[in-house]
Amino acid sequence: MRRQIPLLITLIVGAVLIIAAFIPRAPFGRLGENFSLYFDIIAVFAFLLGGGNLVRIHGARLVRGVGMAVTEAKKGGGAWPLRFVIEFPFLAFGGLKDRRGRDWFFSLITLLGFFAMLAAGLLKLGNPSGWQGNVTAPEGMFQDFYDSMFNPLQATMYALLAFFVASASYRAFRAKSAEATILLVTAFIILLGRTPAGAYVTAWMPESLSFLTVPNLANWVMAIPNLAGQRAIIIGIALGVIAMSLRVIIGIERTYLGSDEK
Amino acid sequence: MWMDHPGWVLFGTWVAALFTLGIATFLYKDNPVYKFCEAVFVGISAGYWFVSYFWQTLLPKLGYPFYAGVKTVFVGPAEWGWLVLLIPGTLGMMMLLRLVPKAGWIARWPLAFIVGYTAGLRLITFLQSNAMTQLQNSVQPVVRYNESGQFLGWESFNILLVTVGTFAGLFYFFFSQEHKGVFGRVARVGTWFLMITFGAAFGYTVMGRMSLLIGRLDFLLADWLHLIR
Repeated sequence: MRRQIPLLITLIVGAVLIIAAFIPRAPFGRLGENFSLYFDIIAVFAFLLGGGNLVRIHGARLVRGVGMAVTEAKKGGGAWPLRFVIEFPFLAFGGLKDRRGRDWFFSLITLLGFFAMLAAGLLKLGNPSGWQGNVTAPEGMFQDFYDSMFNPLQATMYALLAFFVASASYRAFRAKSAEATILLVTAFIILLGRTPAGAYVTAWMPESLSFLTVPNLANWVMAIPNLAGQRAIIIGIALGVIAMSLRVIIGIERTYLGSDEK
Repeated sequence: MWMDHPGWVLFGTWVAALFTLGIATFLYKDNPVYKFCEAVFVGISAGYWFVSYFWQTLLPKLGYPFYAGVKTVFVGPAEWGWLVLLIPGTLGMMMLLRLVPKAGWIARWPLAFIVGYTAGLRLITFLQSNAMTQLQNSVQPVVRYNESGQFLGWESFNILLVTVGTFAGLFYFFFSQEHKGVFGRVARVGTWFLMITFGAAFGYTVMGRMSLLIGRLDFLLADWLHLIR
């Protein structure tokens, strides 16, 4: 029952969606639409589960870490709360000997951030239209958190990758083989061709050789050889997905169910 | 409203600037300031998606229709179409049981629904839009003429290149055959085309990251420090 029913659900849902593509009339067409709605709703619960898991894991780490920090503070004897406050930087930032207790302070920060965002969003704090207003109203606290915390943190996190990409480029661009050289030349043409510098360095070329200017070369690379490679990748992925989907629907692929012990 | 107050806006700008600098400290090495900002990011982003899906999907697709349906039963005229919402609602609640160790296996049912739905949908969409359409576009005459019957050399060459590149690339993806002899040489040509695609993707990724970096520097220098306009 723990495995058979999930396999049956997968088979029925997958089969109905495939049949609905060939027979888009009742009951299959309608069922396909309903399943789409069900999928959206269940996917939201998966996000809620993610939030719950975050609280569970960081909550456990916080409780364990604080417990160890208090034990550490008590070792010195005397007024341990005072010692806890004095030694806080040591106890909070990785000073505990036991690795499982470290970083509890950051778990606390994660939980505070999570609950602050939940309170701002679910209660629509500061929203000019109150409960009736849109949660992303510009004057609301939820949007303020997004603008002053979520957005800069996310953008900077991705922007940091520029530096790591530069370091990766150095390693990749040491043309050691024909393949690495092709990658290097293509990336160089695209980078140069999509910036004003590309047009500038080849501006001297006569009209008859305009197809050799870097921007035109970049356009050609994108439209012809890049298209060929992309098609091969897309067709390859599609064949893989089709095969894997069939395996899942007919029950050959069962790894998503996990082991029987759970 | 106090949130419109210039002081609050200025505070928000400072918070954003300090978080930007905090994340940037990772360029030196992993440190507590970065870890602090990272922890805030994890918490805030989890909360953000939680709230967004709650208001934008869960309530409009489940909460409000369910409430309206139940209301018709008491106020009349009674409608029963809302009862189908019990299916995703129940499956969703079963998904949350994953948090209870002893009842965690029940979460397999909604998971099976999600996997089945994704497999069925992907099978059709990838077959239609990826495999069939791409193959259809790849299998075309490589010798091109214009309306007056004149041979179009450059266009023909380009189409030939796309066709050869596509099929050579597909040869590379045949892992059931050892890449030796003629097969291996064709697969090798395929890797050249794949490398061009990866090079182009790499170039665009670098540009995208640089653009983000410029955006953050622009924020720090213009919006925060007012050093540039």
